[in-house]
Amino acid sequence: MESKVRSILIAGVGGQGVLKASDILSAVIIEAGMDVKKSEVHGMAQRGGCVTSHVRYGSRVYSPLARKGDVDLILSFEKLETLRYLDYLKEGGRVIINDLEVYPPSVNMGEAEYPPNVIDLVADHVDTVEVIDASEKAARLGDPRMVNTILLGVLSRHMDIDTAVWEKVLRKTFPPKVVGKNIEAFHLGRKD
Amino acid sequence: MKVLMSGNEAIARGAYECGVTFAAAYPGTPSTEITEEFSKYEGVYAEWSPNEKVALEVAIGASLAGANAMAVMKHVGVNVAADPLFTVSYTGTNGGLVIVTADDPSLHSSQNEQDNRNYAKFAKIPMIEPSDSAEAKDFIRIAFEIARKFDTPVFLRTTTRLSHSKSVVETGEPKPSGAVLEIRHDPRKYVMVPANARLRRLAVEERMKKLAEFAETFPENRIEMNDPSMGIVAAGMAYSYAREAFPEASFLKLGMVHPIPAGMIRAFAARVDRLYVVEELDPFLEEQIRALGLPVAGKEHLPFTNEFDPGIVETALSGKAANVKALPQVTIPPRPPNLCPGCPHRGLFYVLGKTKTFVAGDIGCYTLSFMKPLAGLHSCICMGASVGMAHGMSKALGEGGHGKVVGVIGDSTFIHSGITSLLNTVYNQSDVVIVICDNRTTAMTGMQQHPATGYTLQGARTRQLDIPSLGTVLGIENVRVINPLDLKETREVIKEELERKGPSLVVAQSPCALLLKKKGGEEKPLRIDPDVCTGCKVCLGLGCPAISWRKFDAETEKTFKKKTKKQEGIAVIDRDLCNGCTLCSQVCKFKAVEEAK
Ligand SMILES: Cc1ncc(C[n+]2csc(CCOP(=O)(O)OP(=O)(O)O)c2C)c(N)n1
Repeated sequence: MESKVRSILIAGVGGQGVLKASDILSAVIIEAGMDVKKSEVHGMAQRGGCVTSHVRYGSRVYSPLARKGDVDLILSFEKLETLRYLDYLKEGGRVIINDLEVYPPSVNMGEAEYPPNVIDLVADHVDTVEVIDASEKAARLGDPRMVNTILLGVLSRHMDIDTAVWEKVLRKTFPPKVVGKNIEAFHLGRKD
Repeated sequence: MKVLMSGNEAIARGAYECGVTFAAAYPGTPSTEITEEFSKYEGVYAEWSPNEKVALEVAIGASLAGANAMAVMKHVGVNVAADPLFTVSYTGTNGGLVIVTADDPSLHSSQNEQDNRNYAKFAKIPMIEPSDSAEAKDFIRIAFEIARKFDTPVFLRTTTRLSHSKSVVETGEPKPSGAVLEIRHDPRKYVMVPANARLRRLAVEERMKKLAEFAETFPENRIEMNDPSMGIVAAGMAYSYAREAFPEASFLKLGMVHPIPAGMIRAFAARVDRLYVVEELDPFLEEQIRALGLPVAGKEHLPFTNEFDPGIVETALSGKAANVKALPQVTIPPRPPNLCPGCPHRGLFYVLGKTKTFVAGDIGCYTLSFMKPLAGLHSCICMGASVGMAHGMSKALGEGGHGKVVGVIGDSTFIHSGITSLLNTVYNQSDVVIVICDNRTTAMTGMQQHPATGYTLQGARTRQLDIPSLGTVLGIENVRVINPLDLKETREVIKEELERKGPSLVVAQSPCALLLKKKGGEEKPLRIDPDVCTGCKVCLGLGCPAISWRKFDAETEKTFKKKTKKQEGIAVIDRDLCNGCTLCSQVCKFKAVEEAK
């Protein structure tokens, strides 16, 4: 019998490293011996738009796209982006949010408002919400780009995959100069 | 080795492994990475051709010489290549010829949502369609096998979801194709004058009959019997969605979508209680199955538009509403794509948006200028349309159109399909101003080389097309070169050329901001001095992502030294985003913009 397929949705804004994070996550899943499919959209999205990636895994996966109401976990690199995809979350699903606001153009221009209470809105809607100050932590580690490794560390707590597997993939992913820092960032996220 | 690959990477890998040595293409999402990835393999030739028609003709030539060659393009690219396509179907080729068409259900990055399976039927060319990366890698090999076996061009169809999703692929070692490269003369087969073409026309029908027989035993068309109460016919990504939505159902999975295996479909229909077709876009399979006299359901339940997912398929066919919670009641501001900070198109369209003209636009990053606040582009139909449309509009308006019609086209797009229509403005003398946005790259699709960049796809230095000289040679008397980041110059030249009679050409030259970034040039970010900014908002009219509006809060409202009574806030520049293009300092009357320290 084929085991149940699990789905993770990673959301963020262009340039935040969402696709890199989902690549690493998928490599970890393969390394752990499972089947994986992941989806993302390039093209127009590259010009400052939203970026999302669906990662789906199990013993055999057919669709690279998750359906609405069926995602186990949303990992959001930016607060507002969580709201945009919340209808993908399943009953009882979990949300991990990086505590960061990136203003869309209409907000920048003073024509629209950035919803002031995003975390509350999300918390009203789902049972388990974790808010992580990953951007701040990454800045403290000396490289804002490490947000994604920190968030992967947080995510790893909710996946049944050995730390050794994660480390092995991180070692393969990053150039020697920054591997150490990234493994440190991963554990910073994982331990919290 | 097991690796995660996108559908596009898998097609490139599969082509390399099965001995394909030749690819010609024009970039276009979602097809671009196929050729880019392929070009990096050892021992292959790959080129960016100026457009898809040329790319296909190049691939035809290579395959007549015996090579296994592919032509790669997005769905609308096949429209451009349609002329050679319909007749190479008659001639066949000596080597293998495969046309990869990448369709875009949901129009993620396209101007239309056409279903290119129709081309297979229309041009009488077999088409195969993989459903994940592993199949993509196998199917490109199979496509060449079919091409050689039946002496026919073959279509490999992919969609955005297949091209850009990643799944597990087992890579292997490359095998030599055994292709023999030589010149072969066979005028009756390759000179398509009516007498020869009439004979080839018969050969095509004969070939399609043989292919229809082949489809019946083609191993990638397979029946997966399960619960017989529901039988689903599907191909490509739609199969993956349906397989997941209805794990208990029986399937006829089609690897080949044209021609269809009629016998196999009849046999499958006889074994199931109810027959369904799950397919995105047109009822391509459904209509053909219905024509076999089989009762079948499909588009009466499933949408004609947009890509599917397992939820859409399940809800449509089961009639049960999905268990989806409503989003919280709050307006979520969108994040539309925008021109980058420092983009040279911004200067040009800031100026054009303030003229009282019709700006016939084209396809590229600059198309985004149609949006507010620039609002400087008023049409976009297909690549190259701007020049012809501007000419037609000017001719139709006659005297009344003088100084009112502009055509704007990117450098890559001009080379793709603007040159002949520019010639037409000279030949038939219209009163237009044509502007070429020469940013030295094909930016929209991710910075590909083209004939005016001086480099080829595989990195060789080459002759660089001189666009202004080309304009002169075509007979344009007034060729002007401007820097679109210089607003004064841009404004003056556009005004002069609008006033002048006859066709003018303005070449707006300034490299793409991303190109500059890639080259690692020095950037000098700017800042706005809050003590000088009057809050007039003129700089916001540039729509630059680096500039934002900061409205005074209650606290600053009291303490801030306002320049006017009505001042409500100030503009600020995000120095991490700013590349120092200076457009904002050029529009600021109060000299509030200065270099950031
Ligand atoms: C027939 C066809 N082929 C390819 C595309 C994909 N495409 C859209 S715009 C573009 C090129 C844009 O380059 P350029 O004209 O230089 O403008 P830029 O994006 O650099 O501003 C391409 C290849 C298309 N829409 N239609």
